[in-house]
Amino acid sequence: MQYNSTELMTVVASRILKNSDVCFVGIGLPSAACNLARLTHAPDITLIYESGTIQTKPDVLPLSIGDGELCETALTTVSVPEMFSYWLQGGRITVGFLGGAQIDKFGNINTTVVGDYYKPKVRLPGGGGAPEIAAFCHTIYVIMKQSPRAFVDKVDFITSFGHGDGPDQRKAMGLNTSGPSKIITDLCIMETEEATGEFIVTSIHPGVARETIQENTGWKIRFAEEVAITDAPELEELEALRLLNEKTKMAHQG
Amino acid sequence: MQAKIQTLQEAIATHLFDGATVAMEGFTHLIPFAAGHEIIRQGFKNLELVRMTPDMIYDQLIGAGCVRKLRFSWGGNPGVGSLYRLREAIEKGYPQPLEVDEHSHAAMAAAYAAGASGMPCAIFKGYYGADLEKVNPSIKTLACPFTGERLVAVPAIRPDVTIIHAQKASKKGDVSLEGIVGVQKEAVLAAKAAIVTVEEIVDELQPSSPNAVILPSWTVSAVVHVPGGAKPSYAHGYYSRDNKAYMDWEAISKDREKFNQWLQELKSTDYAV
Repeated sequence: MQYNSTELMTVVASRILKNSDVCFVGIGLPSAACNLARLTHAPDITLIYESGTIQTKPDVLPLSIGDGELCETALTTVSVPEMFSYWLQGGRITVGFLGGAQIDKFGNINTTVVGDYYKPKVRLPGGGGAPEIAAFCHTIYVIMKQSPRAFVDKVDFITSFGHGDGPDQRKAMGLNTSGPSKIITDLCIMETEEATGEFIVTSIHPGVARETIQENTGWKIRFAEEVAITDAPELEELEALRLLNEKTKMAHQG
Repeated sequence: MQAKIQTLQEAIATHLFDGATVAMEGFTHLIPFAAGHEIIRQGFKNLELVRMTPDMIYDQLIGAGCVRKLRFSWGGNPGVGSLYRLREAIEKGYPQPLEVDEHSHAAMAAAYAAGASGMPCAIFKGYYGADLEKVNPSIKTLACPFTGERLVAVPAIRPDVTIIHAQKASKKGDVSLEGIVGVQKEAVLAAKAAIVTVEEIVDELQPSSPNAVILPSWTVSAVVHVPGGAKPSYAHGYYSRDNKAYMDWEAISKDREKFNQWLQELKSTDYAV
């Protein structure tokens, strides 16, 4: 079955989520991946959106982080101060799923500005919940389309801290969470190398050449000693994703 | 003192003033659009706006030239992209330069709670390794006096006026809201004055549970009957979010001329109940 690169990365991202995960979900690709996991292999996964909706099971993907659908299908909805203090800062959430405009080889993410902060070339939306999501979720997965502009040697601005510029920096700050551990792109899966804190390629999607990955990465990318080939999306996964996207499109067009 | 039931024009004219610090809250849900539009019509200037997610409503106020400063934590059009009036103000100083006081959601939520609690600042754990701490002088770190752990402090939010939209108020002015309740309770209790627009005014509030979010009349300055006052955001139990309107805003916001047309139309029409 044919599939496009967005479908591929969404399916691959959904697979790394477990039924037992308590997941803080960002809007867009993370939300699609998390709900696909719920509709396929992880029916009991707990999805939490920063609008305060806990254990939500939306029928269509929300356009915003606080669509009514999220509240109507949630086990409970708490206030925003409670969400950030008791649930996130309190350490209750196992996985944070983030996207971003720029990411560097140490998993630091920029969603704030391109260029200088005070005289930005492009003003991006900013951090929202991400700085503390990156700090307090037990681990972080990132889903982003790969390009040399997005995967940069050094981000212009650290909105959400990954591993700084080397290993053990998180620990030194008093953080005992792992930080970004996997990046799922349209070309490959990257994982943190423990010794260096740097992201290396551990799985290459079907039909993708190593050169293509390098061309779309702004730093000298390294490959793990043993690199896997990612399993192609299965029929069942693609059908579930397409149905979800179709229902979502209908709902948002009003 | 009980809340006064007023018209939208009266409530905005009574409580707003040029240069006021104004928080209009509602986390995607119950955003007080009609009140924001009335502020534009009455032409207030140099406002210091506070809001976690500026959303379309602050894009409109910024584009209309009402705003001098913005305290916020996420400035995009949710699920769509940029707020271009906000971006033009920051990137090009148009229609006037915008001073930015930028935080994270956790910091904003804590700062509202601190304001409601009568605290001068909020203390929480956050911003580990994040550059925002380097560019915003109002983010300070301190050591926990008991454990020495690194903590962060930001100034409490104490708006001159908070404006929210809610589902119901009683004739006495008690207010109830439900669904995604965001930071509205904190924002109202942190403010010197609060205006609440509502979908319905009823004889008696009949909360669905003793734990529903209720703001007693004596915590609110003015209650205004504005059905549909949160559109194109939504009111749980009344109408859904008009996601198409948010998607359509992209083209208007992106283009000064289209925005100015939108603005002229807004100014030439009164809010119709």
